[in-house]
Amino acid sequence: MDFAIDDEQQRLVETARKFTKEKIIPVAQKLDEHGTFPKEICEQGWELGLMNAEVPQEYGGLGLSCLDHVLMMEEINYGCAGIGTTLAGNNLAAMPLILAGTEEQKKRYLGALTAAPIFAAYACSEPDAGSDVAGMRTQVRKVGSEYVLTGQKRWITNGGHASWYTTFARTGDVKDRHKGITCFVVPRDLPGVSVGKKEDKLGQRASNTTDVLFDEVKLTSAHLVGEEGNGFKIAMKTFDRSRPWIAAGATGIMRRALDESRRYALERKAFGQAIAQFQAVQFMLAEMAMKYEATRLLMLKAAWSIGQGRLDAIESSYAKAFGADSAMAVATDAVQIFGGYGYTREYPVEKLMRDAKLLQIYEGTSQIQRVVIARNLLAAGA
Amino acid sequence: MLIDLTEEQALLRDTCRQFAARELTPNAKRWDREHRFPAEALKKCAELGLFGVDIPTEEGGAGMDAISYALAIEEISRGCASTGVTLSAHNSLYCDPLLKFGTAAQKERWLKPFARGEKLGCFGLTEPQAGSDAAEQKTQAVRKGAMYVINGTKNWITNGPVADAIVLFTITDATKGVKGITAFVVDTDTPGFLRQKADEKLGICASPSCTIFFESMEVPVSQRLGKEGDGFKIAMSALDGGRIGIAAQAIGIARGAYEEARDYAKVRKTFDVPIAQHQAIQFMLADMATELDAARLLTLRAAALKDNGVRHTRESSMAKLYASEMSGRVTDKAIQIHGGMGYSKELDIERHFRDARITEIYEGTSEIQRLIISNALLK
Repeated sequence: MDFAIDDEQQRLVETARKFTKEKIIPVAQKLDEHGTFPKEICEQGWELGLMNAEVPQEYGGLGLSCLDHVLMMEEINYGCAGIGTTLAGNNLAAMPLILAGTEEQKKRYLGALTAAPIFAAYACSEPDAGSDVAGMRTQVRKVGSEYVLTGQKRWITNGGHASWYTTFARTGDVKDRHKGITCFVVPRDLPGVSVGKKEDKLGQRASNTTDVLFDEVKLTSAHLVGEEGNGFKIAMKTFDRSRPWIAAGATGIMRRALDESRRYALERKAFGQAIAQFQAVQFMLAEMAMKYEATRLLMLKAAWSIGQGRLDAIESSYAKAFGADSAMAVATDAVQIFGGYGYTREYPVEKLMRDAKLLQIYEGTSQIQRVVIARNLLAAGA
Repeated sequence: MLIDLTEEQALLRDTCRQFAARELTPNAKRWDREHRFPAEALKKCAELGLFGVDIPTEEGGAGMDAISYALAIEEISRGCASTGVTLSAHNSLYCDPLLKFGTAAQKERWLKPFARGEKLGCFGLTEPQAGSDAAEQKTQAVRKGAMYVINGTKNWITNGPVADAIVLFTITDATKGVKGITAFVVDTDTPGFLRQKADEKLGICASPSCTIFFESMEVPVSQRLGKEGDGFKIAMSALDGGRIGIAAQAIGIARGAYEEARDYAKVRKTFDVPIAQHQAIQFMLADMATELDAARLLTLRAAALKDNGVRHTRESSMAKLYASEMSGRVTDKAIQIHGGMGYSKELDIERHFRDARITEIYEGTSEIQRLIISNALLK
């Protein structure tokens, strides 16, 4: 057993760390305040290969393993989880194509991501189907050899900036639940595709989240990803691979919270000494550090399993749920250590707390992770 | 043990509940977004007697008790937590010390119009380097004949940008520690009273707070509250009552989040059933409701002790500690029950979550409450 990372991974981490320090941290607060999409930063990140990291080399990507990717993502999220989510949004859109796309689709859509700094989006959730993916209502009607797509998607990361969408729609009846769902790749410029309202969010405000509307969008078999009716499986396989990324969001937020809190606790004085001298504060810091380390190990284990090709959904859910819940607790404690200053926008910790909350919601709430975990545990003995 | 409310208490609670539902709840989101001080709504609060709930009628107040006060702050905060803290700071931190420690002349000028709701007060204790550790005051008052000359800085002053007067704490004798702290009541238009721009905060965005500089501000001896050296005692006494107000505010915030989550759980469907039918959601709601009741009972106990004239420092701290941390947990769960909708600014839930967080910080952080409680236990 070896916990060390190799030289190449170390270089990747250093590149991402330098980028975060120089490009992200100085502007993160402002982007958050105005809900500004980090287009330029993403373009600069694209130059360095920090975007589309898991796109295979034959389509112009770095072809990073999940393990490499989460190491890099921790660094980005240390600076801003909204930017981390924006970058991850492209990988999330790409993943169904990596897993199930045809050679032509991969060349065309994945190739487009690596040829120019453009955005893509994964469009799965709907107003009435978030956690319950199989409850989706977006419909596809087959007319001859064509597919006609109609429906409304919600909470779509990068929705307003994407050039294409990886989306899911129902070919059968709503009562068929997960059996009748099919995956498509939909270029933004097709007639009938439009962007709906933009969400005004509590946190991760630099990340663009919108509705995406499909009105009688005509598609062909060239847009079909995988087989008809296989969409639910593709969506779930994608989540198995993307949930460690959310754990990386959590480790980034926690490491930042810990660094900021540690520094402040050593400087701030109360009752004649640095607050770091009080056991109550020491124990909070100790708790924060343990949660960070434990999340990091769960994240690395899940990512490593994915790399070994023996992916186990339960491990991704462990990392995601434990990481998200830990990040929320750690960021909340960071605000507490900063006291009144932590509640103001002058210091970065209130943003960490707002940003962390989303980790418990998107890509399957903490509750859904427990459903996945419990289901796996109970099926294991059967 | 009687835990029923009197008719008068129940009537005030119901009146405030209806008022909040009508005037506050529909507007609170907008006030938060625009960082707007709800002056109009506060005028109506004044008409309800909420500027001097437990101040006697002969001093301009409503002549009710601390239990009524806690009930009123909960209801108001259920509608708008910013309005809740504006009133809590005014009642507990400004009016209460004037009532307890003011001279007849001071009460005439600095209590009556305030308790009637014609004017608004604030409380100046916290400094940049003296938050939890209030004894580290640096603001100096130097006696010169019939005047004191005051220099220093206070920050996070709730109501600071809009108040007409402040109960201000200063050091008159740096060699005496907390016994060298002296309190004054000062009009905010006094020369040398310099308000800075309003703070940018995570929550309670409709409650303006700011830093205040005092530059050679001259205050007559007649505006001193109590004797020289009485300041710390006055501050701690005010905070004993203030913490009842903050506990009630935290409960009001949490109740809003709980009620909205409960209603949402009944209509939102996943896996073909309302999410209220999933045990994970049911148990969250059960915990939320239980913790809310526990926090309210702790708070009403502290208020009952105050009404009976019994020292209630420890009980106020317990109420404030538990209610504020409860509010953090309950508002967090309410977002979780709402999922993505809870994270959106379209609903009130994310505001409740942001508003709740301050209750664990101001008027003594949770850490300070634990210090007070453990000191009382181990004494």
